[in-house]
Amino acid sequence: MTGTGTRTIKVDTLARVEGEGGLYIKMTGDRVTDVKLKIYEPPRLFEAFLRGRHFSEAPDITARICGICPIAYQMSAVHAMERALGITIDPAVRLLRRLFYCGEWIESHTLHVYMLHAPDFLGYADVIELAKDHRAVVEKALRLKKTGNRIVQLLGGREIHPISAAVGGFHKMPTRNQLREMVPDLEWALEASLEAVRWTSTLQFPDFEQDYEFVALRHPEEYPFNEGRLVSNRGLDIDAAEYEGHFTEFHVKHSNALHSVIRGRGSYLVGPLARFNLNFDKLPEVAQKAALEAGLKPPVKNIFRSITVRAVELVFACAEALRVIREYEPPARPRVEAPKGAGVGQGVGQAGVGQAITEAPRGILYHRYEVDGDGLIVTAKIIPPTSQNQKRIEDDLREYAGRLAAWPLEVATWKCEQAVRSYDPCISCATHFLKVVIERE
Amino acid sequence: MLIIGCGNRQRGDDAAGIVAAERLRALGMAVEVCTGESSELMESWAGADDVIVMDAVVTGAPAGTVHLWDHLWDGLHLPAFATSRGSTHGMGVAEAIHLSRALGRLPARLRVYGIEGTHFEIGSAISAEAERGVADVVSRIVSEVRA
Repeated sequence: MTGTGTRTIKVDTLARVEGEGGLYIKMTGDRVTDVKLKIYEPPRLFEAFLRGRHFSEAPDITARICGICPIAYQMSAVHAMERALGITIDPAVRLLRRLFYCGEWIESHTLHVYMLHAPDFLGYADVIELAKDHRAVVEKALRLKKTGNRIVQLLGGREIHPISAAVGGFHKMPTRNQLREMVPDLEWALEASLEAVRWTSTLQFPDFEQDYEFVALRHPEEYPFNEGRLVSNRGLDIDAAEYEGHFTEFHVKHSNALHSVIRGRGSYLVGPLARFNLNFDKLPEVAQKAALEAGLKPPVKNIFRSITVRAVELVFACAEALRVIREYEPPARPRVEAPKGAGVGQGVGQAGVGQAITEAPRGILYHRYEVDGDGLIVTAKIIPPTSQNQKRIEDDLREYAGRLAAWPLEVATWKCEQAVRSYDPCISCATHFLKVVIERE
Repeated sequence: MLIIGCGNRQRGDDAAGIVAAERLRALGMAVEVCTGESSELMESWAGADDVIVMDAVVTGAPAGTVHLWDHLWDGLHLPAFATSRGSTHGMGVAEAIHLSRALGRLPARLRVYGIEGTHFEIGSAISAEAERGVADVVSRIVSEVRA
């Protein structure tokens, strides 16, 4: 598209439960003049909903924020509360929480790689169309996802939203035999994940490298889930308690979500690419080898290649789940009780404040709680990965859409959809239910 | 017969399928519940030959209206099932049906009771209108089972 005509790429969704979400790009000639990503963000509403509730309710309430990553919300909640209350968990609980997170990563990454993102690369409208021509691929995805479901169901302990994770540990612990029963499925899943790495690496990726500030947790011994310092490739190295001193949020008119930026520097990227680039050395050998053979060497700066990075993280999650199951010994007691009388970080009857960051499938999830002397929540703050990536998505789309000026509008729109899906945003427009409106002056 | 209720208890009328499941359970019937996420649903109905799914829907009809979709293998256009977008980034009940058909895994008979919802605010309770829809679905299923 050349000349001075204005063209508008509008990727809107049907208004449904989550409200509106969509992408709006305005172009004048070859120039992108406006990019707006609209996100409807439930976590903000939950912050108000949490005030006045007992600290022990936070993991169950926040687990209902997202149907895809309830474990992430539970994990950030329990760790933040444990910090506020001064609770130290049993090492076996810590290990089991890693397994829990493995289950969620397997579920979420499988859904995204095969059912949401792969159809984009292969030219199908959605996974249903993909299934007609590539039945075996979709069957494999369903089986892989089921492996993750099994872990989450076993440790979650309830039918819909997992409720077994508690402040201080778990309400109930599984037996070693229950865990071992999952080994054959996980061994199959590990092989399937290795195949996913090989398969996704053969897809065609747009040439689109950007200079990102990657932000992820980093732990001295392990690929991050629940613990570590928050680091970046530009020198950030902080504890979760320092998060709000380094990051700030601001309201944008076009979205009811807040945009998050690093103070003094701007947008940043969280999620699989950031984790992989900052923690490649902590991946197990099997995942490192698979990545290198697929041509992935950190730093990976092309967001479209996140599909293969997710597959590498699937390999990691399966290998890690098998390791945890091998090493697991049930603890003497499933849960450490909070001190009596409490909300109590620094002493009985005193208020406590606790922050935690954990790695949700789509990036870091920050929780902060202030708890009073009766154990009731005074304030809650939740910053989900999608709002952390939102400004970065807009920055990237501004650049990317400019390169698509010569393409017919339908193609350009489809390419922009594919780009947005690369970040796995937790919004309605990550789906294939998209409406496109074209305006030309 | 396998009966499955889908939804989210914390999202107003989206609880309709779950509430219906609980009512049926209280009457001594075996009912499964799930979020409505596609793969979970497909796992639930794998191997079953007569399945009823209960879920909140948004079609524009008055709140509490009960819809019944049968003969789903005909490629009938399905409305926006309320749980599909809310819980799983767009992979919900309708997608589970379409995907099952594409993979040849659709139960021989599959029916969907849709209860029209209008209020989905976080933390809110199910509306009186949707409750009436729930009661209607429960009584229809009970009379079928007891007939």
